[in-house]
Amino acid sequence: MEQTKTVTIGNKGKGVRSDCQISLELLNSGGITIELVSKVNALYGKSIRKGVEEILEFFEIKNAKVVIDDSGALPFVVAARLEAAVKKLIKTDKEFLFPFLGQNNYQTEKDKNRISRLYLPGNTPSLMINAGIHHPDGIILDLEDAVAPDKKFEAGFLVRNALRNLDFYGAERMVRINQVPQGLKDLDFIVPHNVNLLLIPKCESAEQIHLVNKRIDEIKATCKITGNIWLMPIIESALGVIKAYEVATAAENVVALAIGLEDYTADLGVRRTAEATESFFARSMVVNACKAAGIQAIDSVFSDVADMDGLKQNVLRSKALGFDGMGCIHPRQIKVLHDNFAPDDVEIAKAKKIVNAFMEAKEKGLGVVSLGTKMIDAPVVKRAQKTINLAISTGKISKNWREEDNEKI
Amino acid sequence: MKKYDKLVVNAIGRTVPTVINGEPAVPFMGVGKHRPNGVKYAPPIPTCIDYPDDGNKTLASLSEALKKCGLKDGMTISTHHHLRDGDLVSNTIFDIAHEMGVKDLVWFPSASFPCNEPLIKYLEDGTINRIEGSMNGPLGKFTSKGGMKGCAVLRSHGGRVQAIQDGEVHVDIAVIAAPVADPFGNANALSGKSACGILGYSLADYMYADKVIVVTDNLIPFPCMPMQVQGNYVDYVVVVDHIGIPEKIVSGTTEVTKSPDRLLLAEWTARFCDEAGLLHEGCSMQSGAGGTSLAVGVYLDQILKSRGEKARFAFGGSTKYMVQMLEGGTLDYILDAQAFDLEAVRSARENDRHIDLSVFQAYNFHSKGNYTSMTDIMILGATEIDVNFNGNVVTHSDGLLLHGIGGWQNCLHAKTVIVPIPLFRDRIPVLVDQVTTVCGPGEMIDVIVTERGIAINPLRTDLIEKMKNSSLPIKTIQQLKAEAEAICGVPEKVEFEDEIVAVIKWVDGTIIDSVRKVK
Repeated sequence: MEQTKTVTIGNKGKGVRSDCQISLELLNSGGITIELVSKVNALYGKSIRKGVEEILEFFEIKNAKVVIDDSGALPFVVAARLEAAVKKLIKTDKEFLFPFLGQNNYQTEKDKNRISRLYLPGNTPSLMINAGIHHPDGIILDLEDAVAPDKKFEAGFLVRNALRNLDFYGAERMVRINQVPQGLKDLDFIVPHNVNLLLIPKCESAEQIHLVNKRIDEIKATCKITGNIWLMPIIESALGVIKAYEVATAAENVVALAIGLEDYTADLGVRRTAEATESFFARSMVVNACKAAGIQAIDSVFSDVADMDGLKQNVLRSKALGFDGMGCIHPRQIKVLHDNFAPDDVEIAKAKKIVNAFMEAKEKGLGVVSLGTKMIDAPVVKRAQKTINLAISTGKISKNWREEDNEKI
Repeated sequence: MKKYDKLVVNAIGRTVPTVINGEPAVPFMGVGKHRPNGVKYAPPIPTCIDYPDDGNKTLASLSEALKKCGLKDGMTISTHHHLRDGDLVSNTIFDIAHEMGVKDLVWFPSASFPCNEPLIKYLEDGTINRIEGSMNGPLGKFTSKGGMKGCAVLRSHGGRVQAIQDGEVHVDIAVIAAPVADPFGNANALSGKSACGILGYSLADYMYADKVIVVTDNLIPFPCMPMQVQGNYVDYVVVVDHIGIPEKIVSGTTEVTKSPDRLLLAEWTARFCDEAGLLHEGCSMQSGAGGTSLAVGVYLDQILKSRGEKARFAFGGSTKYMVQMLEGGTLDYILDAQAFDLEAVRSARENDRHIDLSVFQAYNFHSKGNYTSMTDIMILGATEIDVNFNGNVVTHSDGLLLHGIGGWQNCLHAKTVIVPIPLFRDRIPVLVDQVTTVCGPGEMIDVIVTERGIAINPLRTDLIEKMKNSSLPIKTIQQLKAEAEAICGVPEKVEFEDEIVAVIKWVDGTIIDSVRKVK
């Protein structure tokens, strides 16, 4: 009846860093034995062993052989790997969680800047550890395309632990779940751990958004959590493009639509080109749907990480079409996005004039704003104010620009 | 003979021997506190009548040359490391010694490389008693595990010259591998299939050794000009098929790092130099050939260019990026002791503002002044830095001896020393309570740039003042260490055996620290 069971989780080998591979074999007797090979054995060997014993005890495992090949995995990574191994072998609802990292305990605003969002593969710890220091607007832990099908199971635990114990350094905390309905199962790993935003791939209907929100609400109720979880559906198909407005207005917590051009061009049956004429319609459609719904429009990633000039041109085109931000797949892309989505000097100078005219009119109690001989409409003022806000948040001008400009005069 | 004896605690709190391999040694007394007196060591007087009138000093083989030099038990053999991991000469010397049955030699290289791993068998069988020099890779590991019969002595590039000049090291035979030479022994490194550009580390060796052998794979008729090695110091010239493996001597091309984290370090380092006012018309700098250092150079170049300013001199090791500055108008001179890539070799050959420089001018404790202390910006690496800013470049946190000192200690004398390093490498802490091995005292290290913040040495109140309104993340070194420990955990204390396997010399020849056998 009783039998030995073995499972292997995680990664090892050449090029693997900050990760570990754990083999767990449940035994009938003999207690716990741990075989550890680690490059940090002299510095953390004892604490790794102690941590493993603690986790096994937590899951009430008394007899097991654990083999660990460690390439410098942080404690939350070791714990995720071991828990995944345990849960491959035994059925339990218990979760082994380290205390939630205090500095990760923040909410984000619906209309916060989302110029750059950095994609990180959800099963690759080495890329996660320093992601925040490059200060993207958002960090996406990706459970979808960046994780191989046979690694999806273990990635859930890693992403959960990363949400709790990896410092995001203030970046919006995002997770891309798998396509609905499979992706609904991902939510159990994510929703209870203060995720700020979920990316929902391959969206084609409001129904998908409703399913996600329903499950989010259930988990929130069970875990007694409040706080907003924003949604960023990704439009990646011909049908999705046609339904963009429906998706954009599906729920109050949809804050942006993103477009994914790899899948979209495949769906059209065309090649994705640098000039991107083949996706002009789709991108315009998504931008238009977003603006009609009053939310942000986010462009696809630029995949040549070595071509910074190509990226810049791409960003300038994207901005001209009306997009508010883009995805990144490498930290060095972040600065290029921020520099080029930010308003340029001409735009800032014009916006300053309009906002100044508006403020002066307001101070004088005038109902009509005019600049020279021209009357200025309310939407123009609003756009100018938005430009100014973006210029401030991207560091192009100071928060006190009006006072400072006056001093110069 | 005991490997070491009579332990004392030195001025930086480290326990070090005062007798090493049977010779007395002075414990570290503090920076600038030790002044040997007397006269410099001098080699025996040669007489030109003992050398061929026709100037032809060639012999048929290295074996014959070594025998004519009187190779015997206990001698000290020096080599330079300009052929780096492509060196085919150093190992051959000891193959010959082994065949001759010679024992207890001391190898005194300016550095060793992984290609020297075959020497381990001679360290085991007693052909070589010990290495005194910089140790890299497998030899370092072998030493850490207690394999060496004698006590290893690690010196900086400048420290080698100091040790030769004050007589601490007596070189019996210097073997100089030279990419081009004439039969008289004049030689340089500028051409030939094994061209490595510069032979800066061999100067003291050939001037002070009892006997000097030049080994070349490219013999040309007299005169071989310029004379990077002067033939009037040379006893014998040997021609071999290959002195080195070209692609391992110089990299075809050195490249800046592609790691986003290291690029961030480099960018912050350059911004720090700029904001602290270190970068200006006429300034001087040195940065190494590692990927991060190269990137720092590229950013410094961009800043200078954007302001139309020019640096006066940069120290090598030279790379194509430094050559770009020289040729692109942001740098007047490269003063160079070694060339790292083919572009640097080309520049050394063609550009009269790319100057061949010996260690005498830049690094030597017994010179009448050093160029290094005149340098404004010094970018260095480290395996560990501690909360007192002490630096380690020779051992890893687990205690294994894996790197040489190179010119690192000498470079600490520059005006501002900046160390861009990650806070941790795959969970291995770089910022620690106490470095495993002290190679440089904290008072000489000014700024640590990590991916999570920049720490300025409290002694540099001037820099702290200049940076107080900076947008760069300036933190204390304790804050940075706390951040590292919050992420990686507090490391366990590494335990060592009592046995000392190597000592670290300070630039003045005193003993700054000991390296113990790993468990």
